[in-house]
Amino acid sequence: MDAILLIDFGSTYTKLTAIDIENEEILATAKDLTTVNTDIMIGFNKAYEKLIQNIGNKEVNFVKKLACSSAAGGLKMVAIGLVPELTAEAAKRAALGAGARILGVYSYELNKHEIDEIISKKPDIILLAGGTNGGNKDCIIHNAKLIAEHIKDVPIVVAGNKNANDEIEEIFNNAGVFYKITENVMPKLNTINVEPAREVIRSIFMQKIIEAKGMKKAENFINGILMPTPAAVLKAAKVLADGSDKEEGIGELVIIDIGGATTDVHSIAKGDPSKPGVTLRGLQEPYAKRTVEGDLGMRVSAISLFEASGTRRIKKYAPNTPFDVEERCKFLQQNVNIIPQTDEEYEFDEAMGMVATEIAMERHVGTIESVYTPMGIIYSQVGKDLLNVKNIIGTGGVLVHSRNPEKILRAGLFNMETPNYLKPTNPNILVDKKYILSAMGLLSEEYPDMAVRIMKKYIVKA
Amino acid sequence: MQNGKTVVIGVIGADCHAVGNKIIEHALKENGFNVVNIGVLSPQEDFINAAIETNADAILVSSLYGHGEIDCRGFREKCDEAGLKGIILYVGGNLVVGKQDWKEVEKRFLDMGFNRAYPPGTDINISIKDLKKDLGIE
Repeated sequence: MDAILLIDFGSTYTKLTAIDIENEEILATAKDLTTVNTDIMIGFNKAYEKLIQNIGNKEVNFVKKLACSSAAGGLKMVAIGLVPELTAEAAKRAALGAGARILGVYSYELNKHEIDEIISKKPDIILLAGGTNGGNKDCIIHNAKLIAEHIKDVPIVVAGNKNANDEIEEIFNNAGVFYKITENVMPKLNTINVEPAREVIRSIFMQKIIEAKGMKKAENFINGILMPTPAAVLKAAKVLADGSDKEEGIGELVIIDIGGATTDVHSIAKGDPSKPGVTLRGLQEPYAKRTVEGDLGMRVSAISLFEASGTRRIKKYAPNTPFDVEERCKFLQQNVNIIPQTDEEYEFDEAMGMVATEIAMERHVGTIESVYTPMGIIYSQVGKDLLNVKNIIGTGGVLVHSRNPEKILRAGLFNMETPNYLKPTNPNILVDKKYILSAMGLLSEEYPDMAVRIMKKYIVKA
Repeated sequence: MQNGKTVVIGVIGADCHAVGNKIIEHALKENGFNVVNIGVLSPQEDFINAAIETNADAILVSSLYGHGEIDCRGFREKCDEAGLKGIILYVGGNLVVGKQDWKEVEKRFLDMGFNRAYPPGTDINISIKDLKKDLGIE
């Protein structure tokens, strides 16, 4: 039987998914610990043996083997722009959409102290933006010079004012910096253009970062590590929402991924105002938007989750919990491998998941503000209006293994107590039960129709 | 024909009068300006951030609802802070409420650091002529 092997080299686990091409079914899944520090193939081979066992006595021929990776710290990036709310923000959004972990966002002309800080953060790639096309070029040129002088071994993606590109090319060529120039992330004021930068980041990831992280060896066996895992999830989300050439999508959607260290939110939606008479302000939002909340996690970030929410907010979801909220969060952060056993422990984890969902959604969605004018009240919107989004999908261990994923996801919906947050009001609530989103992002690279059909089959009502 | 100059325009404060803003954009474009229109309901910071990113030569502030004086206070100082020293600042529209002597109103805005202020009903072409003169392109 012909099959496709999809691999996710995760930070903790190497996860394998085998897809039966003919029946468009998941044949089997398997996982084992990622072994990037010794030899990436050790963990892979262990998982592969398990996978073959799980498939049973069928003869399987893998015609394609595709991988994504968030091992060895994932793709770590620094974004640099001019004004914090404009090109610096646009650069940050481009990097997030490329599946990066953002180590820092810098704006205006950098100083030596900031350069040292960037070096100490050890980014894999630096995204350098600044100025609209035809706009300011002094800043980006200043920053390029400083980078050329002090940082030689980090690949640079240049996505700023096109009028500065010739000069930057010269600066980097003379200094021997590895760089790629692409389209401006903000070509016109408040207009965002993140896709070209995302593609270049991805190509550098495939070309250089895989090797730098000691994963090149895996490419002898597989067809390629195509992208960082979060980028694969975003890709799956996009094809599931929009559909493919032959297969219809399910429409606008939001994906919530609650992890031990972070909570990711992906939205595939235009986000235009859904009500008449609303003025949209600020930087345009990407259609496929990803945000990462580094302070909202179930284990590694349990204390910062407590700090972001407080006892009352967690207790709102677990009013009778016997635990002291702060103590429990500290305990979970110190014991990251804890799996809840008792009902009380389950309840507490669920409450944490709900708080993470609620806050991560508040930060992801747009807000509406009423402005009192001599002409009466008018409304001004910043960010994406997701009120009418049709689907909300939960993924990640907490949600997939939860007894009550629907309850957790409902915490991310529109709430009359905070009506200024434009969260979905009445979406279908779905769960990625088989944990296939990143695998489907990979599959959609070559078999988009099949990826959509399989997702529709396996991503089910919570 | 483009004249190579970039102008940021917008309506300041809690003011949503959009029509005049569109006319100004149109007229400036006709005259070869690169126009960056930040639209209605714009705080001072948005004008300034837009001017920084686009390397603008001038900022033209509109205010139609009578609170212009409050909204424009400190604009020049903020520009100085943001590194836009000496950028050309114009303001125009229904800047104040009630029947006030224009000469006095104009003085108040000039004292605030605006290079020029225009009373209600000014033809945009007059301002454009001034702007070309101030930018040294006429």
